[in-house]
Amino acid sequence: MQQNMVDRTFLVAENLADLSRFALDTGARRGKLVLEDGTIFEGTSFGYEASIAGEVVFCTGMVGYPEAMTDASYGGQILAMTYPLIGNYGVPQSEHWEGERIHIAGLIVSDYIDTPSHAQSVMSLRSWLQQQQVPALEIKDTRLLTRHIRTHGTMLGKIVLDDEDLPFYDPNLDNLVASVSCRQVERLGEGDLTIALIDCGTKHNIVRSLLRRNVRLVRVPWDYNLFDQASTFEFDGIVISNGPGDPKTVQKTIQTIQIALERAVPMLGICLGHQLLALAAGGDTYKMKFGHRSQNQPCLLNDSKRCFITTQNHGFAVGTLPPGFAPWFINGNDGTNEGMIHHELPFFSVQFHPEARPGPMDTDWIFDHFLARVRIEKEARG
Amino acid sequence: MKKLRKVLVLGAGALKIGQAGEFDYSGSQALKALREEGISTILVNPNIATIQTSKELADQIYFLPVTPFFVERIIEKERPDGILLSFGGQTALNCGVELFKSGVLEKYQVEILGTPVTAIILTEDRQEFAEHLHKINIPTPISKSAESLEEAQEIAQTIGFPVMLRAGFALGGQGSGIAHNMEELRRIVTSALAFSPQVLVEQYLHHYKEVEYEVVRDAYDNCITVCNMENMDPLGIHTGESVVLAPSQTLTNSEYHTLRSAAIAIVRSLGIVGECNVQFALNPRTSEYYVIEVNARLSRSSALASKATGYPLAYVAAKLALGYALPELTNKVTGVTQACFEPSLDYVVVKIPRWDLDKFKGADQTIGTSMKSVGEVMGIGRTFEEAYQKAIRMLDLGLEGATSKRVFLEEGSEAAIIDKYLYTPTPKRIFALPVAMRNGFSIEKISDITGIDPWFLYRIRHIVKLEEELERDRELTAARLLLLKQAGLSDKRIGELTGKTELEIRALRQRYGVLPSVFQIDTLAGEFPSDTNYLYMTYNGQHHDVEPLGQEGLVVLGSGPYRIGSSVEFDWSSVNTVQALKKYDKRSIVINCNPETVSTDYDMSDRLYFEELTFERIADICDFENPAGVIVSVGGQTPNNRVKALHDYGIPILGTSAEHIDQAENRSKFSQLLDELGIRQPAWDTFETIEDILSFAERVGYPVLVRPSYVLSGSAMNVCYTPEQLERYTRYAAAVSPDHPVTVTKFFQKVKEVELDAVAQRGEIKAFVISEHVENAGVHSGDATIVLPPQTINAETLQRIEEAGRAIARALEITGPFNVQFLAKDNQVYVIEANLRASRTFPFISKVTGINLIELFVDALFQQEIAPVTMPSLTFTAVKAPQFSFSRLTGADPLLRVEMASTGEVACFGEDLEEAYLKAVIATGGHIPQKGIFISIGSEEKKQKFLETARLLASLGLPLYATEKTCAFLHQHGIEAEMLFKIHEQREPNVLSYFRERKIDLAINVVDNYVMKEVDDNYTIRRAAVDYNIPLLTKVKQVRLFARAIVNKDLRAIPIKAWNEY
Repeated sequence: MQQNMVDRTFLVAENLADLSRFALDTGARRGKLVLEDGTIFEGTSFGYEASIAGEVVFCTGMVGYPEAMTDASYGGQILAMTYPLIGNYGVPQSEHWEGERIHIAGLIVSDYIDTPSHAQSVMSLRSWLQQQQVPALEIKDTRLLTRHIRTHGTMLGKIVLDDEDLPFYDPNLDNLVASVSCRQVERLGEGDLTIALIDCGTKHNIVRSLLRRNVRLVRVPWDYNLFDQASTFEFDGIVISNGPGDPKTVQKTIQTIQIALERAVPMLGICLGHQLLALAAGGDTYKMKFGHRSQNQPCLLNDSKRCFITTQNHGFAVGTLPPGFAPWFINGNDGTNEGMIHHELPFFSVQFHPEARPGPMDTDWIFDHFLARVRIEKEARG
Repeated sequence: MKKLRKVLVLGAGALKIGQAGEFDYSGSQALKALREEGISTILVNPNIATIQTSKELADQIYFLPVTPFFVERIIEKERPDGILLSFGGQTALNCGVELFKSGVLEKYQVEILGTPVTAIILTEDRQEFAEHLHKINIPTPISKSAESLEEAQEIAQTIGFPVMLRAGFALGGQGSGIAHNMEELRRIVTSALAFSPQVLVEQYLHHYKEVEYEVVRDAYDNCITVCNMENMDPLGIHTGESVVLAPSQTLTNSEYHTLRSAAIAIVRSLGIVGECNVQFALNPRTSEYYVIEVNARLSRSSALASKATGYPLAYVAAKLALGYALPELTNKVTGVTQACFEPSLDYVVVKIPRWDLDKFKGADQTIGTSMKSVGEVMGIGRTFEEAYQKAIRMLDLGLEGATSKRVFLEEGSEAAIIDKYLYTPTPKRIFALPVAMRNGFSIEKISDITGIDPWFLYRIRHIVKLEEELERDRELTAARLLLLKQAGLSDKRIGELTGKTELEIRALRQRYGVLPSVFQIDTLAGEFPSDTNYLYMTYNGQHHDVEPLGQEGLVVLGSGPYRIGSSVEFDWSSVNTVQALKKYDKRSIVINCNPETVSTDYDMSDRLYFEELTFERIADICDFENPAGVIVSVGGQTPNNRVKALHDYGIPILGTSAEHIDQAENRSKFSQLLDELGIRQPAWDTFETIEDILSFAERVGYPVLVRPSYVLSGSAMNVCYTPEQLERYTRYAAAVSPDHPVTVTKFFQKVKEVELDAVAQRGEIKAFVISEHVENAGVHSGDATIVLPPQTINAETLQRIEEAGRAIARALEITGPFNVQFLAKDNQVYVIEANLRASRTFPFISKVTGINLIELFVDALFQQEIAPVTMPSLTFTAVKAPQFSFSRLTGADPLLRVEMASTGEVACFGEDLEEAYLKAVIATGGHIPQKGIFISIGSEEKKQKFLETARLLASLGLPLYATEKTCAFLHQHGIEAEMLFKIHEQREPNVLSYFRERKIDLAINVVDNYVMKEVDDNYTIRRAAVDYNIPLLTKVKQVRLFARAIVNKDLRAIPIKAWNEY
């Protein structure tokens, strides 16, 4: 790949120097994306003016940048969008977000659009990034960056503005879940079933998807001990949410799940929750070369001709299924595991996001499927 | 999966407005998909210029009309066990539905593959379909169907004006419109009911966004949306008339996926197996939506989606129809991933329609709910600005970009332009946007007026501002050049703004290293490695995805957008060139920008650049690829027009040299050559004053053909019969002056027109075909009915034509295809035109004679000395007939003239001329009259000529109707006829009421060209015939042939023969 690259970095640099004179974007600041292997992409800053380090990943979704940016699973990551035009419809009110704030560490796009147009927009992407103190860079060749990551794997990187350099930082060494989980137990909704949602950085639409189905929801922090005598509520099932980072750093949640497994409490794991369930039940996870971050991943229902288009955002995957579990879904492109189901007990998990946002809503039925089983189990227990 | 033996595929027939080249693409892919399964294929399609009607694609091909009558007979003969209805547009679908309803398919046990026919029938009935959608909670606009004007008026009153009117069972929105009051309603409904049994009266959704989804579903209920698209123009402008983007730009995630889920729910509810298009109206303020249309078949939009994403929609749809599940098919682009996924784009696509409304005398310029465009282009870029400006240049109208004002030449002040073009949608509106911006119109105001979302307007304003900056400060640094190129400005445009030439800017760019990158379209935004050969260029990149092919590569220039005069025939030539190159181990590099073509299919060439056919871009590609040469002679006139610039730039042109091409293209040089060769030509000259023109005309005699170098309004060419006409035309329309010289040619009347098509090698003709026009000279060769072998040309004339052809080939040292048009009069031949490229008749003559002239051309390029090919003497007659689309072009005069007006063609074979002609007429929508024939003939001379024909028509036993004088003439000769009053006489019995009451199903209107009247009642009659969908004939020889055919031939006795049975 390298030999047929046109070296135009000098031009981009000069371009930036000239920007104040010719471009309409006044006040644009130079910046660069530096990868841990030394590759540099020159660009223009359009976000918060500071340098930042993290893990560089790419996402191929064509819509839903506000949703993606507020997804806690992206915690610690510098997100590169392969779709070039970003900012088109501005930023909506926070009720439409997937988290309380922007969770990505930094944003990389090819063509930032500073003239948003949408009835729902309350501010431009630029203003939002500045308000939320998230650096962002416009580099032209995001395709080259994508190819680079695809070929060499996800790598660390940093957005460096002017000469404010900083060291590389590997978010996967830390327990990121602790920083994005809720702090307190929160009770939401009403219904005859009570679901405990272990919040490892849950997307808001998991909460919305459950509430829409008329359940009583208790959202608990990642390290909350559901089975402690002191716990003040009963529950019929557990949903383990998505979240950032390496699942093996989230030991307290794994311990909670292990107790739930022993007591056969119905459980649904989503994304990180899927990986945690696998680890708790004796399976294993591994870090993928560059992960799945997109809205077009085909997931085959095991042993069938049914295939679902799913949203995904994960850098780790389940490599070894735990005993007692069968594959539920398989990725149609690369054959990786996309979900598992227990042979007898009410344990399910999916690697993809049935709650969507961003992305297709085709696997929304997973929630119905889970709740139906929870109800059966509850009735069986009397 | 059931094993099928033999499958019948219905094609779309002739290209017409609303149904064009996209169905050659979809049919070809379907045939490939069937062939891979070892299924024997039968194709019915009279469109001989298509690629699908090639022996390489189908096992058995019928050049017969796609009508229930013929298809039933083909089924009876071939006994297929399956039939595909969704690959040939509305024509195939309608035919298939009729065959189903009449029980033919059941009788012969032919299974409809793919989407169940009941679903198709449901989607075609708007009222029932709306009810169906409401059952699954999908909203549609309030609408009711009416079968009469009175009913429509009542409904409109309940809903309240404005209302949207749509004709049921019609293709491309024909007979649709927005009515703001009763008068408009009456006009639209009356004309719609002429075509269609019902009209839908709907709630009008003012300035809603229009968004569509292309959905694919298999028999296992797997469902994906391959692409979504957003129209830049608001609802109310047909998607075929809109600037369309893929993917959508202004939709949020929740809007995108709400509509996506709705589309999938609809497709599931219908049980579609294959492809389906769903169109939505989206309220930009509230995000509420309505479904406005569903097409349960491959469509123009699906062809666009396929090219925009790289996903082979038609191929996959055909496989699904055979029973495959989506996950069982691989993604042909990546080769490693699977077909059950939704493409992710890392670029933006902009489609712009190509209109040719100026070519039609009297045509209404406004665009709206029904289609008028004749083609389209697709620009690909990494910014909207880049893709949009590319697309504008791709239109091949000499427009340099978004801010081009060329379309407004002579329109007066900018205020006048804004008044005229901003408020009313026409093909020119997008060029009025920058004018309004420069004149202080705010984005909000322009958006209010046009309904175009501010997002698009901001992007266009970005271009305007960049240009304004450049005019203020002309310094071009490397960085600035890059910035301008990233926004899609052409070298020429940058040059215009900085006082430099295109080549100076190019040299500057090269010195600075400001060069475009070559990117792949890989369906997955780079997520997976892929070997795809589907490429585009962008300045928003710093690497190339591929290595140059170098000297192994050969560039083939495609045709660009389909338009009047350049259509699918040039795609056939391009594709055949690419196929022939394989024989010589050459790697083909196709450049084309038309999403309706087969040449832009991912698997046709070794490399496809979906790019502009401008000098700049062709040179960019050649600079990168360093190919052995460029083939310019198979894509029609557009590539031919690039020869000089490419040659001067040092790019090798394969075949006939650039100098010789210029010698043929340049009228003076060519005329001089003919004189030197002793070949006759009609007298002509170029003039700068009216006095000189008049004295020339006096000398050579009237009529004369006038070709202005510059046109104010109306058509470019005109025939003038009197000094008064000549003076009026040259003074007012052609505005003759030293700056705008006018070419005047002696115009021969009542002479035959004959064509010579040939392939030569180093000046020696290796194969040639002579074909004859049915109509006399004066009808454009593209509108003429062409016959092979010639029927009425004597040996001496044939000999002279051949000799002239050989002399021209020798003199111009031609290597390659060429075409010469002759007039033949009294055993003398006159050359009127020569083109050193494949002509539009190449597919016709190649398929009729069985000798592929394009293959021969490629042989001539790479073989030392090719053997001359003698054309076989034909034991049958073949007729190529034009397809017109006048019914779509409100106001256009359907009279055949020197300017081409047809949008497509068919060709049929027969035992004799009459049989072939009859089939060809039916294939272009004509039918044998069964109710009554209306006749109106101009001069006494024409009436006399018509007499024999009139007797033939009388023998049919149908009532004849005629206007006063014609009626008297018929009575005088003992032919019974009923007199009808002309429209303007407003007395009964009137022509108009007989048309309206369908008492007439053939209209004949022959006029004298030189008669000009204040009230042109003949025009009114012709237009009414077209508006009431009554077949119309306007040329004496045409009518004579048609009369002979319907009198002498019994349709039921015509043998059903496949191509290989001739």
